[in-house]
Amino acid sequence: MSFWEVFRMASTSLRGNKLRSFLTALGIIIGVGAVIAMISIGQGASKDISDRISGMGSNLIIVSPLRGSSLKPKDATELLERVPTITHAVPSVTFSTTAKWQSNTYSTSIEGTNTDFPAVRNIKIANGRFFNEEESKSRTKVAIIGQTVVTELFGEGSRPLGEKILIKGQSFTVLGILEKKGSSMGRDSDDTILIPVTVAQRLSGSQQVGSLYLKAKSAEEAKLAVAQITAIYDQKFRRENSMRVTSQDELLETVNTTTRTFTFMLGAIAGISLLVGGIGIMNIMLVSVTERTREIGIRKALGAKRKHIMAQFIIESIFLSISGGLLGIALGIGLSKAVSNLAQWTTVLSPAAILVSFLFALGVGLFFGVYPAYKAAHLDPIVALRHE
Amino acid sequence: MLLEIKGLQKVYATENISVTALDRVNLSIEKGEFAAIMGPSGSGKSTLMNILGCLDRPTAGQYILAGEDISHKNDNELAEIRNQYIGFIFQSFNLLPRLTALENVCLPLVYRGVSAKQRLAKAKEALAAVGLADRMHHLPAELSGGQQQRAAIARVLAGNPPLILGDEPTGNLDSRSGQEVMELFQSLNKQGITIILVTHDEQIARQTKRIIRFRDGMRQSDELITPSPSQSSKQSPASVKHYHAEKAVSK
Repeated sequence: MSFWEVFRMASTSLRGNKLRSFLTALGIIIGVGAVIAMISIGQGASKDISDRISGMGSNLIIVSPLRGSSLKPKDATELLERVPTITHAVPSVTFSTTAKWQSNTYSTSIEGTNTDFPAVRNIKIANGRFFNEEESKSRTKVAIIGQTVVTELFGEGSRPLGEKILIKGQSFTVLGILEKKGSSMGRDSDDTILIPVTVAQRLSGSQQVGSLYLKAKSAEEAKLAVAQITAIYDQKFRRENSMRVTSQDELLETVNTTTRTFTFMLGAIAGISLLVGGIGIMNIMLVSVTERTREIGIRKALGAKRKHIMAQFIIESIFLSISGGLLGIALGIGLSKAVSNLAQWTTVLSPAAILVSFLFALGVGLFFGVYPAYKAAHLDPIVALRHE
Repeated sequence: MLLEIKGLQKVYATENISVTALDRVNLSIEKGEFAAIMGPSGSGKSTLMNILGCLDRPTAGQYILAGEDISHKNDNELAEIRNQYIGFIFQSFNLLPRLTALENVCLPLVYRGVSAKQRLAKAKEALAAVGLADRMHHLPAELSGGQQQRAAIARVLAGNPPLILGDEPTGNLDSRSGQEVMELFQSLNKQGITIILVTHDEQIARQTKRIIRFRDGMRQSDELITPSPSQSSKQSPASVKHYHAEKAVSK
């Protein structure tokens, strides 16, 4: 008896009970679909965060004070002198406030920094220019604004160069507009206003800065620089862990580890539903064996061996899991596309996840099909024939 | 000799009690015989049929079919013997409800590994032989009882076994359909196929060539029938009477 024969037999019997077959396969469809969709969402989030970190610049080092230590704007210039592997250094003071132009107000985040900011943070000016050393030193109230702020305050597509906006009651001249960077995971990179750090300190009323952004020549030198800077501050404050000094690579690594765990967990939770789908298959196959006891008896009387009966039932459950798996792939891809279109989340469809979840579904069908098939194959033909 | 059983014993043992269904039965059936097995329920005739049909194994004794001792074959070997040597006709027809008559008739050949093309040819031929050529694409539910039983006979014919075992083959049929089925059996027997029927119906049994009566797991009588029922047989009239009396009691 050929495989094709058994396959036809299985499909005939499954078609004889269409609704039941579909409901049974539905467990697998949802399971495979959920695994694929979840992993694509997890990997999308991972890509998003990595992209954002990479987008902050290259060979970046971030220095931020831990409890009991503090940073001042002059730390940036000091480090630039003392650490030879660093090419640029900028302080960063951030706070949130409301900006106002005529009667329009918009709540956004203000970042105070210095003239090296575009080089360190990898940003470009679309219109106008960045402020210069002179303006920074003389505490001139100038602002470089992001696209979102432009849209919210002045209307989409306007070029408000030279306009005056009010920040904390002070009037700032718009000097430049940032090139659009886009948003990810609900965080908008264009929703910002850059001003000279000297001005920002005055507005926030504090001499301290939140963090320093440094740029090294290469990723390797960034690693060296991290060690050097850590040593400098530990000496200065006479204790360990005075500053958190993180290179971009380290940050990426941490984030990737976290998101990988996150993705794995999402996939595993979805995998459980696949397992539940498998139990559904087993359940229906057991019912089917009971219902078809007489058929099994007849087949045995006509000369079907155990392997024939076994094959018939296993192929049926594999058939269910394969068709469920294929439909599940379609569902997973559909869900992933829907999430990226409707919720604007980044999703990454991974061929490996698709393949693995399909093979897992196949395995589930085989595993949960074996016991019912075994039960069918070992029925006593006399008892089976007598079964009503 | 087609089959022979020697000292055949079947004991059903549970924890507390054991029931002897067949008690050292000896019987031989020649090639080309047409025999009826009769007896009240519990007489052991069903057990005997199950063993003859290789659906069950004896507790003790020998069963030799076509010169081979098959008392101790394993399940797969028995399945193969059923497939090659034995055709079953059941009281309730036992056609698979979701398959057409043609597909049902093909089944034994499927398990024999015959190619699809040959299978279809043989199955169609068999269906034509029982007069169901125009019904072959019908499902069993769309056939009358007599037609279903004829389809079941066609299923046996397609496999072309040397031995046909019928378990009350006319039990669920009206007398006309039952008669048609018996006529089919007779013509098959004329072609040399050995047929053994289990029946309660004396009229049916009388249409065979030999009546074997069982009682309490033992062969009680064995009577050869000559074509005309009026002629005398080996069987003593007393035992026939005895049988009738017993039948009346059991009913």
